[in-house]
Amino acid sequence: MTAMPIIPPLPERQPTDWTSPAMQARLAARYRGERNFRRMGAAALLIAASFLAFLLFTIVRDGWSGFLRTEARVEVTFTAATLDVDPAAVAGPNGAATLARADYLALMNEAAKGLDPAAGTLSDAAWLALRDRLLADPALLGQRVTVWVPVRSTIDLLAKGKYDLSAPADSRGVSDREVEAWRWLEREGRLRTGFNAAFLGNADSTEPELAGIGGAALGSLFTLFITIIIAFPLGVLSAVWLEEFAPRGRLADVIELSINNLAAVPSIIFGLLGLAFFLNFAGLPRSSPLVGGITLALMIMPVIVIAARVAIKAVPPSIRDAALGIGASPIQVVFQHVLPLSLPGIMTGTIIGIARALGETAPLLLIGMRAFVTDVPQGITAPATVLPMQVFLWSDDVQRGFVEKTSAAILVLLVILITMNSLAIYLRNRFERRW
Amino acid sequence: MKLLIAFALVLALAGLAYLAGRARAVRMTLAAGGRIGAVHSRPAYHGAYVAVLALAPALILLAGWGLMGEGVIEGRVLATLDAASQPAPGPDRAALMNEVRGLVAGDLPQAFNPLAPVLAPRYAATRANLDLLAGALAVALLCLGGLWGYSRIRPDFRARNRVESQVRALLLLASVVAILTTFGIVLSLIFESIRFFRLVSPIEFLTGLAWSPQTALRADQVGSTGAFGAVPLFWGTIFIGAIIAMAVAIPLGLMSAIYLTQYAQPRLRRWLKPVLELLAGVPTVVYGFFAALTVAPVVRQIAVALGMSDASSDSALAAGLVMGVMIIPFVSSMADDALTAVPRAMRDGSLAMGATMSETVKKVMVPAALPGIIGGVLLAVSRAIGETMIVVMAAGLAANLTANPFSSVTTVTTQIVALLTGDQEFDSAKTLSAFALGLVLFGMTLVLNIYALAVVKRYREAYE
Repeated sequence: MTAMPIIPPLPERQPTDWTSPAMQARLAARYRGERNFRRMGAAALLIAASFLAFLLFTIVRDGWSGFLRTEARVEVTFTAATLDVDPAAVAGPNGAATLARADYLALMNEAAKGLDPAAGTLSDAAWLALRDRLLADPALLGQRVTVWVPVRSTIDLLAKGKYDLSAPADSRGVSDREVEAWRWLEREGRLRTGFNAAFLGNADSTEPELAGIGGAALGSLFTLFITIIIAFPLGVLSAVWLEEFAPRGRLADVIELSINNLAAVPSIIFGLLGLAFFLNFAGLPRSSPLVGGITLALMIMPVIVIAARVAIKAVPPSIRDAALGIGASPIQVVFQHVLPLSLPGIMTGTIIGIARALGETAPLLLIGMRAFVTDVPQGITAPATVLPMQVFLWSDDVQRGFVEKTSAAILVLLVILITMNSLAIYLRNRFERRW
Repeated sequence: MKLLIAFALVLALAGLAYLAGRARAVRMTLAAGGRIGAVHSRPAYHGAYVAVLALAPALILLAGWGLMGEGVIEGRVLATLDAASQPAPGPDRAALMNEVRGLVAGDLPQAFNPLAPVLAPRYAATRANLDLLAGALAVALLCLGGLWGYSRIRPDFRARNRVESQVRALLLLASVVAILTTFGIVLSLIFESIRFFRLVSPIEFLTGLAWSPQTALRADQVGSTGAFGAVPLFWGTIFIGAIIAMAVAIPLGLMSAIYLTQYAQPRLRRWLKPVLELLAGVPTVVYGFFAALTVAPVVRQIAVALGMSDASSDSALAAGLVMGVMIIPFVSSMADDALTAVPRAMRDGSLAMGATMSETVKKVMVPAALPGIIGGVLLAVSRAIGETMIVVMAAGLAANLTANPFSSVTTVTTQIVALLTGDQEFDSAKTLSAFALGLVLFGMTLVLNIYALAVVKRYREAYE
C-alpha cells in the first residue's frame, strides 16, 4: 500500500452566494453575451441568405422583361412588283424558292411609310416577319394583310417603361423623337407585347431585339457533350484504380497528389493549358466546343474522381469479400458489384462537376470562345460560344437593351443549374444507401 | 465530322469482331461438351479479347490523327507557298487557315486573305488524301488485330485473364491522365515563361513597381518598351482576394458555421445548408455582373459621399465584397467540418462545467478547431486569388499600388485575361507575360493548397 499524499486542509470556503447583486449582474452579463453571440450567428446567416435573395431579386427584376418583345402592327400589301418576283414563277414548280429570294426589304420600307411619324422604329430584321408570313401562305401574294413585326430596342424599352421620362432629355438616354414616335404608336394602338421566342431561338446579334441565347445554349450543349464523354469515363476509371487496384507506392501517391492539386488549381490556369497546348501546340480549332470541352473535362475530372472515390469507399468490404469468396475475379467484383452499388454517389458527383463546367467562363475566355457568333454553331469544331460567355459578352455591351437580355440569360442559366443541382441532391437522397 | 464517322465505323467493326469471337468460342464450348471447366474462359471474354485486339491499334491511330492531323495538313499546305508569303505562326496563320477551312466547307462565301482561295483546293486535296490514308490504315490495323485475336481462340486460352489485365492497364492509363494534366500545365507555363524571361528579367518582373504591358506600335512612341513590374498586380490580387474578400467571408462564414452546428434546430439546418450551397453554385459570371452593375455604383456613391473626388466605378471594394460573399459557403463548410471534428466530450465537458454555449464555442471549440479553420481559410484565399470573372468584370485594369479600397486596382487574373483576349501578337513580351503571371498564380495557389491540406490533415489525425 502506498502512502496517501497528505492534502493540506482547505481553508473554510464560503459557498458562492448566487443571489448577491454582484453575482446576479455577472450572470446577467454572461447570458447577455450568450444572446448576443447567438444573434450574431443568426445575423451572419441572414446576411448571406439575404444577399442571395437580393441577387436573385435584382436579376429577376431586370430580366423577366427580356422574355417579352414589343411588336408593331404594320399593314402591308404583298405586291409582286415591290417584291421583285414574277407571279407566274411563284405559281410554278419552284414557287417557294422564288418567294424565298424575293426583296422583302423593299417591301418593308414600303410598308414602314404607313407608320409615318414612327417610320424608323421598326427593327432592322422586321422584314423577316414579312417573309415568314408569305412563305407560310403563298396565296397572300397581291393581298393586303396586317403583320406584327418587332420594333427597335429603344421603342421596346419605352413600351416596357424602362426609361425615366421625367428626367431631362439629355440624361435619360432616349431622344424626344423616339419618345414621340412611341407615343404615336401607343395612341394608334399599334403596339403589343408578347413572348419573345426569338430570345430562346436566335444566336447573338448586335441588335438587342434580335439577340438570343439559342446559339449559346447549343454551344454549351456541344461543349458539355465533349466534357462528359471525356471526364466521366476517365474520372470513374481512375477512381476505381486508386481505390481498388493501386499498389501502395510512389505512383499512387503522385497520382493522388496530382488529383487533389488539380481540384484546387484556379480554372483560368486550365485556360492557359488549353491555349498553350491544344491551340498552339496541337493546332486544334480555336473557339470550338471541342477544345472548350476538353479543357473543361480536365478541369472537372478531379471533382468526379474525388466523388467517385468517396462513393466506392462507402461500399462495405463484406460485399467484395462475398463476391471474391464465390470465385469472382477482382475485376468482376469491381465492375459487377462495387460500381453498380456506388453509381448514385458517382452520378451525384458527376452532375455537380458538369454544373460547374456549365457555369465556367474564365478558361473559355482564353481559348477564344468569346467570339461573336451570329449563327447557331454547326458542329464541335465550328466557332461557338457558351451560355455564361454570352452573359459576359452582353454585360460588356453598352447598348441599354442588353441589360435585360443579360439578366434574362442569367435566369435561364440559373434555372438549368438549380435543376441540375436539385437532381444531384435528389439522387443522393433517393438512392444513397447507408450500410 | 468525318472523324466521328470513322470512330463510329471502327467501333461497329470492333463490335462485329466481338460477335465473331464470341460465336467461335460458343461453338468451341459446345464442341467440348458445354461443361463448365472444359473451356477456360466464358465466350464473352473471348469475344472481348478479339474486340480489344482489333480496336486498340485502330483507335490509337485515329485519335493521333484527330489530334495531329490538322497540324500536319496545315504544314503541308503552307509548305506549298514560297517562304516569303507564309504567314507568321499565331493568329495570322490561324485566321488564314480558318478562312481556308471555311472556303472548303462552303460556310464562307468569300475570303479576305488573297492567299485563302489559292490554298483552299490544295487543302481540300491534301485533307481528302490523308484522311483516306488514315482511314484505310485504321481499318487494316483493325482487321489484322481482329484476325490475330480470332486465331488465338482455344479451349485452354486464358482470355479472361488477358482481358482483365487489359482492363487494369486501362484503369492505370486513366489515372495517369491526372499526372499528364499536371505536367502539361507546369510545362506549358514554364516553357512560355522562359521565353518571357528572355525578354524581361525575372528580377524586374517580381520586384518592379510599374506595370504597363503595352508595347508600342512605333518605336518613337512614349513608353514604347513597356514595363513589366508585377508587384502592383500581386498587391491588387492580395488586396481584393486575401484582405477585402476575407474580411467579409471569415466572420460571416465562421459565424454561419457556428450557428449551424451549435444553435440551429435540425429542421432549420436542413433548410439553411442548401441555401448556402446555392450561394456556392451561382456561376462567377453572375457574381461579376452583379458586382459591376449593382454593387459598384453603390460603392462609388459612398466614396463620393465620403468626399473622394476621384472615386472609381471599378473599385477594389466592390469586387472584394462580392468575392467575399461568394467565398462564404466555402469558409462555412470548412469551418463546419472542423467544428464537427472536435470531440463531443470536449464540448460536453465545457457545458457541464456551467459555461454558456458561446463561452464553450469561444474558449473550447474554436481554439480546438483552429488548425482546421485556418486550413480552410487558406484554401479559401487560394480560391479567391484564382477567381477570375468577378475581377474581370468589376475590378479595373489600372495597376495602382494603393491601400484605398475605393480606388481601382488590378489583379493577376484580370491581367491574364486582358493580355490574352483581343488582338494577340504571339512571341511578344505582352502575350508571354500572361504565362509568367499564370506561373506565379499557379505557384501561389499550389503552395497554399499543399500547406492548407497538410494542416487540415494533421489536425484530423490529432483527433482521430
